[in-house]
Amino acid sequence: MNAKTLFAKIWDEHHIRQDADGTTLIYIDRHLVHEVTSAQAFEGLRLNRRRVRAPEATFAVPDHNVPTKNLANGILDPISRLQVETLENNCREFGIRIFGMGDPRQGVVHVMAPEQGLILPGLTVVCGDSHTATHGALGALAFGIGTSEVEHVLATQTLTQKCPKTMRITLNNTLGPGVTAKDMVLYLIGQIGTAGATGHVIEFAGEAIRTLSMEGRMTVCNMAIEAGARAGMVAVDDHTIDYLANRPFAPRGKDWVDAVIQWRHYVSDPDAVFDREIKFDAAAIEPQISWGTSPEMMAPISGQVPDPRLVDDPVRRQSMEKALAYMGLKPGTPMTEIPIDKIFIGSCTNGRIEDLRAAAQVVKDRQVADTIKLAMVVPGSGLVKRQAEEEGLDQIFIQAGFEWREPGCSMCLAMNDDVLLAGERCASTSNRNFEGRQGAGGRTHLASPATVAAAAIHGHFIDVRGL
Amino acid sequence: MEPFKVINAIVAPLDRANVDTDAIIPKQFLKSIQRAGFGPNLFDEWRYLDRGEPGQPSSGRPINPDFVLNQPRFQGARILLTRDNFGCGSSREHAPWALLDYGFRVIIAPSFADIFFNNCFKNGILPVVLDGKTVAELFQETLATPGYRLTVDLEAMRITTPDGRSLEFQVDPFRKHCLLHGLDDIGLTLEHEEAISQYEMKRRREKPWVFIPEAGDRLGFNV
Repeated sequence: MNAKTLFAKIWDEHHIRQDADGTTLIYIDRHLVHEVTSAQAFEGLRLNRRRVRAPEATFAVPDHNVPTKNLANGILDPISRLQVETLENNCREFGIRIFGMGDPRQGVVHVMAPEQGLILPGLTVVCGDSHTATHGALGALAFGIGTSEVEHVLATQTLTQKCPKTMRITLNNTLGPGVTAKDMVLYLIGQIGTAGATGHVIEFAGEAIRTLSMEGRMTVCNMAIEAGARAGMVAVDDHTIDYLANRPFAPRGKDWVDAVIQWRHYVSDPDAVFDREIKFDAAAIEPQISWGTSPEMMAPISGQVPDPRLVDDPVRRQSMEKALAYMGLKPGTPMTEIPIDKIFIGSCTNGRIEDLRAAAQVVKDRQVADTIKLAMVVPGSGLVKRQAEEEGLDQIFIQAGFEWREPGCSMCLAMNDDVLLAGERCASTSNRNFEGRQGAGGRTHLASPATVAAAAIHGHFIDVRGL
Repeated sequence: MEPFKVINAIVAPLDRANVDTDAIIPKQFLKSIQRAGFGPNLFDEWRYLDRGEPGQPSSGRPINPDFVLNQPRFQGARILLTRDNFGCGSSREHAPWALLDYGFRVIIAPSFADIFFNNCFKNGILPVVLDGKTVAELFQETLATPGYRLTVDLEAMRITTPDGRSLEFQVDPFRKHCLLHGLDDIGLTLEHEEAISQYEMKRRREKPWVFIPEAGDRLGFNV
């Protein structure tokens, strides 16, 4: 038998039929739904008098619009409220399980779904959200889709797809102390660019990936989309299986035993061939910070804001000039001299318990700098929040001057009330530094939870390895 | 979905690489539960000088005269010419909805982000990939020639310039077929209902753990 990649094993297993031009109908095992990208899909079903084919395979959670404080007041913005109520009504009408506001399991869909054991190795997982790539950390094939495809999956439990190409990114050696999964993925995007993996599914491999926790792997796979990839994946190993044990929706009893035997198979065969292979030395990666308005505009903490005049390609030079003008930065400024106004710790990239622990460790017994207008921690889910409170992390943050909020997407994309004002500069653990992403005119610097926490204490970026 | 045959229209040049979906339609407008009505807020933060809010009428808002779509010569454009990696970022289908609602049926670029590219076909928009050199030439011609128009023929997979040059492009046969005829691909998939059911039965037999049993009623982890 031919050697196969992890991706090919899952793809082939989900193949239902194929057209002459290679368009393939694949089966979808899990479908996650949130309020922003689903209303029009349910409306489409109603207009065409279609049912949801497998309501038990679909799980819904509101996350983008939910407030992160004063929950007793509900959602004050009537348009946001209508969107969340529409999700609730659609789930009721079509028989879909929803983890609604007030449910302790509610949270950012990409944090709460793995936490519940909804994502298993070898599954196909989709959601109307680009950060669905997160779930590839569990050895699943998980990718984001548009609303028309959400409707397609609801109606048929399948998708028509062209087979993507494969790319393996191998990270040899291990990360240095103080350098995290977030730094690793920001570094990779800085190296290969935001279109570096377009048309490909990335498998992340190598010692630095094998030694990462599941939370760290989720952070890396989450941002595969920022490198343009269709999906990111990591092969199954003991970490994966240990993570899944006793999760509420994971298999039990004999099913568990059978499943674990089959899950071990979800690794790339030793001589499997990838369309592209890239290798990096993880030990050489420094803490990373973005300086521009694209996640590929990345610099190490020891670096400085680059000079567009040194770039030959006119399109790239112009992008850099526009980015620097938007960000209000001058070429040559050391990354450690960029002053910060606001702090956001959370999101589907870095809202897990391990992220909050890393940030709390930096913050403990220190105070947020006077120049910081707002520092907030938004746990990724209700259960992350509860766990953090059991460990006393909430008190560490509150005593340092942070606000301790309720779970949701919050200021990662600022659809609720958590918004940057024009000109405000934010150190953020989120995933996108696009113009206006965190608020019109707002300036985002992406970094790891530890680096962002250190920026809160010092009022500017600083190398966490020296703390 | 409206079928796509041939479009002859004015070209608007958006000279930026990596235009992301947050720029195409900012998040505050994603709160709508409709498919239509996003056109007035397409590229909202570049097009207007104030901050737009959902439900706000666009007439009377201060427009940014420097933004390309606000220039008189590009009014009525139905073809958008742009640079690499157009549509990167979020999966929001509100991005193609906004482009379509504004009037665009064709987007020409050297490359597109995957999810956006796919979403276009679901909405009757044709994304055309041409090499970077050809795109650069089209930028020059568009800027140099007031009223510059292109003819885009999907059946022939050919763009014709005003001076009669032909530029060939590729489209997957299945996507081309759906776009030419305005087909609903859910309807096409449902014709394979039996194959889906057979697959499902086989999967339940071979991997029963894939399917969620009664376990769903257990309370959450650590609850």
